[in-house]
Amino acid sequence: MAKIRGAVVIDKERCKGCEVCVVSCPCGVLALSTEVNGKGYAYSYMANPTACTGCASCAIVCPDSCIAVYRQKFPTE
Amino acid sequence: MAQKQEEVQIVPENRVYGRPALLTDRVMHYCPGCSHGTIHKLIAEVIDEMGMQDRTIGVSPVGCGVFAYNYIDIDWAEAAHGRACAVATAMKRLCPDKLIFTYQGDGDLSAIGTGETIHTCNRGESIAVIYVNNAIYGMTGGQMAPTTLVGMKTATSPNGRDVKLHGYPFKIAEMIACLEGVRYVTRQSVGTPAGVRRAKKALRKAFENSMEGKGLSFVEFVSTCNSGWKMTPVAANQWMEEHMFPFYPLGDIKNE
Amino acid sequence: MKEDVRLMKGNEAIAEAAIRSGCDGYFGYPITPQSEVLETLMEMRPWETTGMVVLQAESEIASINMVYGGAACGKRVMTSSSSPGISLMCEGISYIAGAELPCLIVNVQRGGPGLGTIQPSQSDYFQATKGGGHGDYRMIVLAPASVQEMYDFVFDGFDLAFRYRIPTMILSDGVIGQMMEKVVVTRNRGRMSDEEICRQSGDWALTGRKANRQRHVATSLALEPAEMEATNLRLQAKYNEIEQSEVRYDELMTDDADYLIVAFGSSARIASETVQMARKKGLKLGLLRPITLWPFPSERIADLAARMKGILCVELNAGQMIEDVRLAVAGQVAVEHYGRMGGQLFTPGDVYEAVQEKLLKKRRH
Repeated sequence: MAKIRGAVVIDKERCKGCEVCVVSCPCGVLALSTEVNGKGYAYSYMANPTACTGCASCAIVCPDSCIAVYRQKFPTE
Repeated sequence: MAQKQEEVQIVPENRVYGRPALLTDRVMHYCPGCSHGTIHKLIAEVIDEMGMQDRTIGVSPVGCGVFAYNYIDIDWAEAAHGRACAVATAMKRLCPDKLIFTYQGDGDLSAIGTGETIHTCNRGESIAVIYVNNAIYGMTGGQMAPTTLVGMKTATSPNGRDVKLHGYPFKIAEMIACLEGVRYVTRQSVGTPAGVRRAKKALRKAFENSMEGKGLSFVEFVSTCNSGWKMTPVAANQWMEEHMFPFYPLGDIKNE
Repeated sequence: MKEDVRLMKGNEAIAEAAIRSGCDGYFGYPITPQSEVLETLMEMRPWETTGMVVLQAESEIASINMVYGGAACGKRVMTSSSSPGISLMCEGISYIAGAELPCLIVNVQRGGPGLGTIQPSQSDYFQATKGGGHGDYRMIVLAPASVQEMYDFVFDGFDLAFRYRIPTMILSDGVIGQMMEKVVVTRNRGRMSDEEICRQSGDWALTGRKANRQRHVATSLALEPAEMEATNLRLQAKYNEIEQSEVRYDELMTDDADYLIVAFGSSARIASETVQMARKKGLKLGLLRPITLWPFPSERIADLAARMKGILCVELNAGQMIEDVRLAVAGQVAVEHYGRMGGQLFTPGDVYEAVQEKLLKKRRH
């Protein structure tokens, strides 16, 4: 058996804080920051990174294509 | 210790999804959450996956999508308001080996450009028509579109669309589906990950039809305009599901 | 080699020349008095020989936007219409000028305004030379006075259009379009191959974004004022160059003339007879025929004006080209207008009378 874990890298300067990724994440990984980026937008970040499975739902719906998704298999004991 | 081992390495071999190669670096001018950005991404992905960058010409409209040529790294022509289908007709006739598509909003395609749209469909030109229907004029500041729903408030229907005053919302997809030259008509949306996946398949089919000379393919995207609708992007997606989808139902309308 | 001489209508000559000039695509909509262009092309079926595309569009608006699309791809494309149809095309012509695309537009003029008449007229001079559409743009305007010139100007029009990346118009009228005359059918050049298009227009034509170049965009849009002004300045520089290099005109008996007629197209044909008539009667009358209406032969007209006693503009309209003639003459000598409208024509005798009435009598008073 192997366990799949994911992570996302968000280009925070490109993010406009639309929040569509946040509500599209089936695992509740993402949230909007309290800080703002250079354009004045709150941006998406991994608030709960351990829950990410790398399903890419967030990146798929992102209108600004600012999310990259990574996935890795880890062997389980 | 075990926790640390399970941290995903941010290295190319672990990358499963990222920015499409055919999107330029330019930050899109669209409002936060705008469907245009997602649709642009799908077009960029499909052209890249089909290996068609060097044989594709897009035709951009007048409206919010006018600057599509700044974002997708292919050759483009910017058409006069409503005339994209006529522009694309000549391109496909003169360059039949090219993938030719138009990218048009509801004002461009189904108001000022209705004539060109319908006749291009009727001639069965082997092009793909991408139609972004958000029921409002975005770029000019939220005026009523032909597709504005009954009762919907816009800058030019401040008390809501009244059929006595403005007539009925226009379902051009159903209308063109009955034309012989039209091969494929589908209505999609990009508000959810599942919707985006389905829409991408539809787009690919439309582009393949174009290259196989199978006649005209028409992909409508029921979309949001959260600025024009005066909602947050998330609320706009929800409003679209509740109000737009019942009137503009998703799915294939014609698939021959 | 024996010359290939044929009897042809002006409109048929346009169609014949289109095919022989290597035109890639014709897009048009029927309107009297030019429908024979499209009819002749459909009859000749060039798609089976040269591969030329011929398409009957749903409107003049669609036609000119098809021309825009074809031109953007670096193809040799054209349309033809008559006055009301050209009015519909004016938006598209402005876009073509703004995006700096080459194309050929034929206007076989009829009388207006509005639906007007199907009879010949020259009342679209302003529209052709001053704009018609919006923005500071120009077209090169060629005015044929014979069926032979209808034929030849298709070749010349395409050459000029591509040399300067500018829409070029053949401004004809119902007289020349419908008239039959012998035409020496010369030249026969093939359509451009993809390689030739890349060679000729490789820095702008939409041929598909290749790995070795940036993407090409055909657009007239620039929201930044500085960028839009730069576009306009570039256009104006190009227009200046055209005004320096491409002025064309023809003259008849101007060397010793005391009086001058300025007329273009079918009016010039009629007025040339008037010149012969006047000479027989001892009146030293000459004719200057602008062949390019834009760029206008202003310098030549100014030179001639210096030694004339009077100038008469003869046009099938209420007085349009006369404005350019007066600007050129700059008050050196009186410039009068003689014209008819609504599809009415004048005879050489009518023009002779007008010369008497408007130039000679006035001088005596």
